[in-house]
Amino acid sequence: MARHVREGFKNLWRNGWMTFASVSAVAITLLILGVFLTVALNAQQMANYVTRQLEIEVFLKPSISDAQGEQVAQAVRQLPGVASVQYFSKEDGFAQLRRDISPQYRALMDGLSAKNTLPVKLVVKATSPDELLPLGQELRRLPSVYQVNDGRSVVDKLLHLFNVLRNLGLVFVVGLTVTAMFLIANTIKITIFSRRREIEIMKLVGATNWFIRWPFLMEGMMIGVLGAALPYALLVWGYASIYQRMSGTFFILPFPLVPASDLAIRLAEVMFGLGIAIGVWGGAMSIRRFLRV
Amino acid sequence: MGVEPSEYGQVWRFFILALVPKGSLLMIEMQDVWKEYRNGTKAINGISVKIDQGEFVYVVGPSGAGKSTFIKLMYREERPTRGHIFVNGFNIGRLKDRKVPLLRRNIGVVFQDFKLLPKLTAYENVAFALEVINTPRRVIRKRVMDVLDWVGLADKAHMLPSQLSGGEQQRVAIARAIANNPSVIIADEPTGNLDPDTSWGIMKLFQRINDRGTTIVMATHNKEIVNTMRKRVIAIERGVIVRDEPKGLYGYED
Ligand SMILES: Nc1ncnc2c1ncn2[C@@H]1O[C@H](COP(=O)(O)OP(=O)(O)OP(=O)(O)O)[C@@H](O)[C@H]1O
Ligand SMILES: [Mg+2]
Repeated sequence: MARHVREGFKNLWRNGWMTFASVSAVAITLLILGVFLTVALNAQQMANYVTRQLEIEVFLKPSISDAQGEQVAQAVRQLPGVASVQYFSKEDGFAQLRRDISPQYRALMDGLSAKNTLPVKLVVKATSPDELLPLGQELRRLPSVYQVNDGRSVVDKLLHLFNVLRNLGLVFVVGLTVTAMFLIANTIKITIFSRRREIEIMKLVGATNWFIRWPFLMEGMMIGVLGAALPYALLVWGYASIYQRMSGTFFILPFPLVPASDLAIRLAEVMFGLGIAIGVWGGAMSIRRFLRV
Repeated sequence: MGVEPSEYGQVWRFFILALVPKGSLLMIEMQDVWKEYRNGTKAINGISVKIDQGEFVYVVGPSGAGKSTFIKLMYREERPTRGHIFVNGFNIGRLKDRKVPLLRRNIGVVFQDFKLLPKLTAYENVAFALEVINTPRRVIRKRVMDVLDWVGLADKAHMLPSQLSGGEQQRVAIARAIANNPSVIIADEPTGNLDPDTSWGIMKLFQRINDRGTTIVMATHNKEIVNTMRKRVIAIERGVIVRDEPKGLYGYED
């Protein structure tokens, strides 16, 4: 095996430019894949986080008055799985909005305070995350409820956006993978061609087929590993520094990011795995077509 | 008779030769063999022949008669379209691709164009052949020097093929062919590129290999050598054996 590794390295070195091109192709493919994976893992994490929040925001219909709202709140408190209900009157909502809005519009808003059409809001806390979904369903069925934000809807939107992105990325990555594979196959074809005399003699003196094949498979594998190493280092380093700068959360939102060390492990599995697979497959393609042993 | 390339193989061969009368062990047998190339060329058209262990056989015939094809069939470079071929106990027609290397390790092949690797020295060329069949490093070192010494090139072991004469290059190729101590040497016009004097040197080398009990089958156009050495001669024309004589002559004017 040591010999095959040595011969593989020799092959890499001998056709330097082709090796460089194939390594670059693998690197670009895996860089893109790695970025998508990083985003995907974080999106996944975010989705999990959101669904594990215990709070549900319930907006009542605007026509429901504060007094009626109190009654609804009282009714909701009786529902199974409810830990607590916080009541926000129309006034509270208005004050909140006034706080959030930029100062130049505040005067405008003050003029509107008499016709407050903002809905009453209830913040319902579930007793456990498992109660969240059934509770959300239950609340939606109440006649005076206008809208329920149980995290589910946010997640659904997020996941939808993310799915679209992922499918686009996947098409991209598949295309690039095939390109990289062909480049590798071509590189190895050149190696096979430049070593045809050695191969001929190996066959004549009785080297086994696998003995002849191994160096070329090794070459493909090394291209894969080299092509994975570069973008891997870049991504892990980049992510670690971003993670540190944001102190582990996603911008101002309280979403925790995937820890850098966890991401490093997942990226290593996928990137090196795919890198090696691309390399070996490219090598195998060439061997099948041009080595004929 | 000089240094033996391999201890083990020789001992083994010694036993076989001691057990059976010389020349009675079948090394190569063809039974009604036909070969048609994929483009339709009929190169071998029904050949049956037996070659015993330890024989020295010349294969002669006009250009395009099928001599090279006849030889290629023996080490399974080509497969017969029909018929049976046995070489050193291997049934060539039935031989699985996977087993071909085992056959080849028992056959040494020598060509007109030497087929040496230009970037390797004489020593490395011979060592390469042993290396790729997983011979232990320790054995390789000893064996390579032994065979190079045996073909008279011990002092040129570290020269590149380009620094050697044609005859010397062919000696390296022969050293490589016998390095694994094969039971048969197959040569396709080994003196085709050499001048007469050099050819004689090479021929003497083959004679010495044959003296050790190794079977030799050689296709050649060298009339003078065939007529002087008086070995078994198989003449092939248009893919069939037209003559097979124990102490034959070349029989063609070219
Ligand atoms: N790979 C091949 N494909 C098709 N036809 C071939 C192939 N090799 C040889 N032939 C044909 O088979 C016939 C026998 O060829 P072969 O090489 O065996 O002759 P030969 O006796 O060795 O000739 P020479 O003395 O010139 O070397 C020729 O007609 C040749 O053109
Ligand atoms: Mg020929």
